[in-house]
Amino acid sequence: MTNSVLLQWRFYCGVVMFRLENFTITGLQPVSLRLQPGECVGLSGESGSGKTRLLRALADLDEHSGTLVLNDNLCESGCAHLWRKRVALLPAESQWWHDRVGQHFCIAHDNNGSDCLDDKATERLGFSREVMNWQVTRCSSGEKQRLSLLRILVNRPQVLLLDEPTANLDPEKARCVEQLVADYLQAEQACCIWVSHSAEQLQRVASRRFVIADGALGDA
Amino acid sequence: MRELIQLTAPDLMLAALLILALVGLTARMKLAIGVQLTIAAVRTTVQLLLIGLVLKSIFSNAELHWVVLMSTVMLAVAAWEILARQKRKLRGWWGFGISAFSMFISSFLITVLALVFVVRPDPWYTPQYTIPLLGMLLGNTMNGIALGMDRLVQTAWQQRSVIEQRLMLGQTAIEAIRDIRTDSMRAGMIPIINSMATAGIVSLPGMMTGQILAGSPPVEAVKYQILIMFLVTAGTGFGVITVLHLISHRMFDTRERLRFDKLLRTPQD
Repeated sequence: MTNSVLLQWRFYCGVVMFRLENFTITGLQPVSLRLQPGECVGLSGESGSGKTRLLRALADLDEHSGTLVLNDNLCESGCAHLWRKRVALLPAESQWWHDRVGQHFCIAHDNNGSDCLDDKATERLGFSREVMNWQVTRCSSGEKQRLSLLRILVNRPQVLLLDEPTANLDPEKARCVEQLVADYLQAEQACCIWVSHSAEQLQRVASRRFVIADGALGDA
Repeated sequence: MRELIQLTAPDLMLAALLILALVGLTARMKLAIGVQLTIAAVRTTVQLLLIGLVLKSIFSNAELHWVVLMSTVMLAVAAWEILARQKRKLRGWWGFGISAFSMFISSFLITVLALVFVVRPDPWYTPQYTIPLLGMLLGNTMNGIALGMDRLVQTAWQQRSVIEQRLMLGQTAIEAIRDIRTDSMRAGMIPIINSMATAGIVSLPGMMTGQILAGSPPVEAVKYQILIMFLVTAGTGFGVITVLHLISHRMFDTRERLRFDKLLRTPQD
């Protein structure tokens, strides 16, 4: 009896891994959203509409109220840094503080970073293992953007929050990134919120699309 | 021991003439420092004469509560002075508390330890030892603490996006600010390490010189100077550690978010 109720309930809801209920930040109407494993939703809106702030709050970097749940775990129930390992935010502009690229990968390990690198992903974004020895100052903004995507994937996050992840890339490289993220979501059964100004891109990557306008999240 | 040569008021007047000559020369050359120079010279005269009188009366009735009162006032002024030297002002009583507490560790505790276990005057709070020792520790550790604190807050502010990026990658607040803390510790300690390294070769420390001028045998003066150096170094170190610990915890909230709005008086600029 309990089993069938549970089955019915799961059928009714679908499997939800990342759930926002009345999730509120300043300047934005409460947001309710459910993401399923492997799903990618698109988010657009004018500059300053609050897309970035929403993503920051989802990574628990800004104050928020309402409910935020990942796999039945409330955001507040565990350590904040563990939450951010699972809910990874890729900012529009990445920051690098060491001299070499590799030092930013696998910060916990004392090596040049190549041990925890996904070779396939590295190759697909147009790099070889050598990239770990590159000087950060020599990297172009596009290279940094692709490297920062590789960097957050090291933690094997379950939710990707991507803030304009292809803004500095040429169309060909942008396609590579789109494909890589799609494959990652499938392989890891992770989910993703993809912020972009390009409606075409969101058509390609996202199964559902939302837009922030006049301080509220609505369907695109 | 030779009789101490007493300075008279005319002697000091002669030294003051040098300052007057300097003021005159800078005015002629339009160097615009005369007013500040005069005010500072007058301040130092008045303040030192006053402290001379205060010390005279405390020395003549050496009671614990007078010593404690005097020490507390000195501590409070030092704590305020640290805050005044910060480029980015800390917020509210918390800021004052941080700097007062770290000065308490760096100077108060160290002075008491030195009095009770090393110098051992009788009684232990004899003001002839307590007040100069505390004053020297406050004055010297204050620099290191102010430098370390300024470096931490300033660098963290400039590198706030790096700190947040490190948080985004799942680092704890302490991991995210570790490099900046190491850097600030160095900034706070370098002056005292340098002065230990050059003491006696490049510079003759003021206290030792004073004792020798007052007629102490040089070796006795040197022993006191070594004691003071060690106390100042230990005090600076413990004080800087305290201030770094307290401020870097204050900088983040319970969800390990960077919160300059809680730490600084005016976070926007």
